[in-house]
Amino acid sequence: MFKRLIVLFMMTVLSGCGYNTLQSGDEAIKAAWAEVLNQYQRRADLVPNLVNVVKGYAAHEKDVLTEVTEARAKVGSLQATPELVNDEQAFQKFIAAQGQMTSAISRLLGVAENYPQLKADGLFRDLQAQLEGTENRITVARNRYIAAVKDYNITVRSFPSNLTAMMFGYKAKPSFTVENEQAIAKPPIVDFGAPATTTGH
Amino acid sequence: MRLQRLLVINMLSAIFLRARYGALFFPLLFCMMAWAMVGVPELSSRVTDLTGTLSAEQVSALENKLAAFEAKKGSQIAVLIVPTTQPKDIAEFGIEVADLAQIGRKGIDDGVILIVAKDDRKLRLEVGYGLEGVIPDAIAKRVIAETITPHFKEGDYAGGINAGVDQLMTLIEGEVLPAPSESSGENLGEGSFLFILIGGLIAGFVLSVMMGRVMGGLLAGLGSGLMAALVLGLAFSIAVFVGLMVFFIVGVRSTGGRGWSNRGGFGGSSGGDSWGGGGGRFGGGGASGSW
Repeated sequence: MFKRLIVLFMMTVLSGCGYNTLQSGDEAIKAAWAEVLNQYQRRADLVPNLVNVVKGYAAHEKDVLTEVTEARAKVGSLQATPELVNDEQAFQKFIAAQGQMTSAISRLLGVAENYPQLKADGLFRDLQAQLEGTENRITVARNRYIAAVKDYNITVRSFPSNLTAMMFGYKAKPSFTVENEQAIAKPPIVDFGAPATTTGH
Repeated sequence: MRLQRLLVINMLSAIFLRARYGALFFPLLFCMMAWAMVGVPELSSRVTDLTGTLSAEQVSALENKLAAFEAKKGSQIAVLIVPTTQPKDIAEFGIEVADLAQIGRKGIDDGVILIVAKDDRKLRLEVGYGLEGVIPDAIAKRVIAETITPHFKEGDYAGGINAGVDQLMTLIEGEVLPAPSESSGENLGEGSFLFILIGGLIAGFVLSVMMGRVMGGLLAGLGSGLMAALVLGLAFSIAVFVGLMVFFIVGVRSTGGRGWSNRGGFGGSSGGDSWGGGGGRFGGGGASGSW
């Protein structure tokens, strides 16, 4: 009986150090982040098709079309690696680029509202549904990533597991925050004075 | 009105109590907040109508249809009708319902949930990972826009839901999925498995009293293994398994308790009353629409 108590005590102390929690948390974050990247990639893959369809009906909406294409190119130029979560700066840059793409796409879809023929096009409708779905998946993936990071960061920062984290070099991971969100929701500095028609819905 | 007044009285008395039992009151408040935040209905049957829109017959007919499909194909389809999803967006609400209910089989993730928010005039199809190939977002959107909403616009909720569910079934039919876990023949195997196991255990305990633990366990294990293989015609591997289990439970008594409880949920999968999600995962696939 006494022996068992000692074993139990040891187990509690060891897991109290949080080494295993850190490991599993780290893995969970990696998986969640991979899903985020996956969904962003999926969106990036949809964009060229969307641009092509819109061009067919509204080729003169150059501003919005180039904006989307540029945002797509920028996202493509950033290397979306799993290691991004360990580099706060690169992470923020990546998120900002994706945010720009989000707003560019929504502006494009807003413009599309003005073209009944485009809206009636089956291909466009399918693409729109796919984009909506992908945006939703991104939201879900981001929320799961946020939850995973939260759990992990709590472990990294709270005593006594913070000592273990320090010893083995585990740092708190960056996450999506609300301030960050507002910053990227602002329109990028592109001159689109004339036909800003984002009053869709 | 009455309810509101009651609520106010409740709150007042709670505030009054707080003066005396503040320490007790605060944790309670937090519990209530947590409860309010979860606020997503559980799906304990295939059709959950929280608005009373469908008649009892319509619910049971739909339920039977979905149950038959689940028995045939293995995929789970659930229908949820709520008055509103406010303050949440229906997509956010949908993924929370899906995460909680886990419709679909574990590892195959072949579940679909049709959510109707009647007063919001919105609906959503939440599609599990395993069915995203056969019901991509564009198709889900079409099911909503072309099949379901025309009925809803005329106020025919049952018709819309039935048409939508039918189309989903047709779509899922086209996907090659693992067969449903247990057909009726296998269920017989499960029953006799349990029968042999329990018989073997009883015999084992009697024998172990008579001639010692290990010997009794060994004999009972051999006996029940033979019984399983010869009399009931179970597969060889199952017979060996039964024999070993009886031996370990009887012969190595200290692990016996755990052995029992592990097997507790064995027959539960075929239960008709207590339906639930099988552990399917969702990633936000599907589509939303309104009418």
